[in-house]
Parts: sequence; C-alpha cells; structure tokens
Amino acid sequence: MMSCTRMESRILAYVDGRLKESERGDVEKHLAACTACRVRANEFRSVNDLLGELPMIVPSPAFDVRVRARVAAEPVKQNWWAWMWPSPRIAFAASMLLLAMLWVGYRSQPVVPVIPPEEADASLMQDISVMEDHDTLANFEPLKALPAPVDGEDSDHQM
Amino acid sequence: MTRSDVQLMLDVKAGDEQSFELLLQRYRTPLVNFLYRMVRSREQAEDLAQEVFIRVYRAREEYVPSAKFTTWLFRIATNLALNSLRDHRYQKMEMSIDAPLTADAEGGDERPFEVADKHATVEQDLVEQERKKMIRRAIEKLPEKQRAAVLLHKYQELDYAEIAKILSCSESALKSLLFRAYEVLRVELAPLVRQGMK
Repeated sequence: MMSCTRMESRILAYVDGRLKESERGDVEKHLAACTACRVRANEFRSVNDLLGELPMIVPSPAFDVRVRARVAAEPVKQNWWAWMWPSPRIAFAASMLLLAMLWVGYRSQPVVPVIPPEEADASLMQDISVMEDHDTLANFEPLKALPAPVDGEDSDHQM
Repeated sequence: MTRSDVQLMLDVKAGDEQSFELLLQRYRTPLVNFLYRMVRSREQAEDLAQEVFIRVYRAREEYVPSAKFTTWLFRIATNLALNSLRDHRYQKMEMSIDAPLTADAEGGDERPFEVADKHATVEQDLVEQERKKMIRRAIEKLPEKQRAAVLLHKYQELDYAEIAKILSCSESALKSLLFRAYEVLRVELAPLVRQGMK
C-alpha cells in the first residue's frame, strides 16, 4: 500500500480531480485504510471550497485606457533594412560615393620610382669626388694642430 | 472561430494591433485578480498588470511560441509581483500588525461585485464579510511563492507542469509547495473548515 509520505504529492491532485486515473485507485485504497490521510483529504477539500468563495474583482474602466495609451506611446521598432527601405536611392548614392572615394584614394597614392641597379651604380660613381675631398680634409695639417679631444669623448676617433 | 492565444500573439508580432486588444480583453481580469491577491492593493495590481501587458507588447518582435502563452504571461506577472513585494517588504515591516487596515486591504473593492441578498440581515452580512476576511488573511499569511502557487492552481486553474514552469521549479517541488501551503491554510482556516464539515 502507498505510504503517507507518498500521499503528500498526490492528495491535492486527488481532491481537485486532477489525479491520473491510474493513481486514483492507489490513493483511494490508502484513504480507506488511513484515517489521518482521510481527514486531511476532507479538510483540503473544505479549504479548496473556501478559497472559491472569494469574489473576483473587475479592473477599473481606466485600466484599458491606460494600457492603450502606453502601447500608443511605445516607439515604433524598425530593423536595419526597414530603416533603409524608405530611402533606397539615398542608400545607393551613399554607397556609390563611398566606392568613388575609395577609388580616388587608391589612385592618388605616391608612386615610388624603381631605379635599376645600373643607374644606382652610376650615381655612386658621381659621388666619388666628394669622398676624395673627405680624405683631403682628414689629412689637412692645420687641423692636426688642434688640441686632442677629452678622454672618453670620441675615443674611437683617437685610436 | 476563436483564435488561440498563440495565434493572436503571432498576429501581434506581424503588426496586427487589434489582436493585442483581444489579448488584453481576454487576460486583464485574471491578471489583475492574480496580482491583487499577490500584492493586496488594487491600485498596485493594476499598475503591475499594465506593466505585464506592456512587456508582452515590447517582446512581440522576439516572440516564439515555445510554451503556452499563459505560462509566459503569468511568469512575467509572478516575477513582477515578487519583485514588488520584495521592494515593499521594508515598508511592510514598519507597519504595525495592529494598525487598522485600509478599505483596500480589507477587500473593500470586492464588495461591489458580490451579489447582494436582499433578504440577508445586517448580521448575516457581517458574518459573511468576516468569513471572507479570514480567507483573505489566510492567503496573505502564506509565503510569497506558496501564495503564487495556490493562486495559479486554484484561481487560474493552470496545470502543474505550467505552474512549475512559471515558478521555475520541478513538478515534484511544486506539489510539495502546494501541499505545505494547504497545510498552512488548513490550520489558519480551521474554524471554517470544521464548520463546513459538520
């Protein structure tokens, strides 16, 4: 037979007629044998009837008016495409303008000239005279008479 | 043919404002009554019910009929009621238990809708009012979640699975919750229960 503890989860469903037919027989068998659960079932039924005595209230007439007003005040939601839809020409023109700007930007980038290696060597040869001048200055006598630089400063040059 | 709640909501989603009006007419009374029994103030119950409808309206774009409409509706209502009770708990604690109750809290709003018995004496009327007051107070004494479970079970006649979803608990936990609530009510209403069983 079903225990009183197991009855706890079924007793209310039995009282309000929501218990499955398959479980109903077991509950009735238990109630026939258990006075405490039988009393409880009867009292639960009374409680259920008492709760049914409370009357319903009717919402005030202003209720509907207020809900409608609040609904009317709600901002109209539109998705991205819906936002675009009323002005497809503007959207197309904006896209074209963007593409044109990108194209112009690409075209106006400075072009770095590529110098062939032969031309680079020729340019170096033109600078040889300047390098020779540097050697002349390095061996210039009056400059050698100048005081030696302070230690630690430009020591590499002294060596 | 009457359109189902889900169909109405899908129509609202498609932009049919009239379907929202039908949902409002269908659920305003059950919703206001549920919230009134939860928060014990008519004004507050109507404010909360308005908020429920607005939230339903705002969520129309994302609505997916994955559950019953009433489950969704009463879940919003229950959460709002529980939050509201939590917010007002401090104020309630400050109120003296012996302080005279207002007409609203004593169910004064319910009176106009009761069928008046022309032959009832004043004394019988007082006894009847006292009886209803006792029932209301017994419901009020229930812990909030138990109260919500009893109201959804008894007055909205929702099935166990639906109530369990609304209260975010298992079906067995709900049955246990309801059992405990009825045990409290059985004690609180003992004089009336015994009277009824005679």
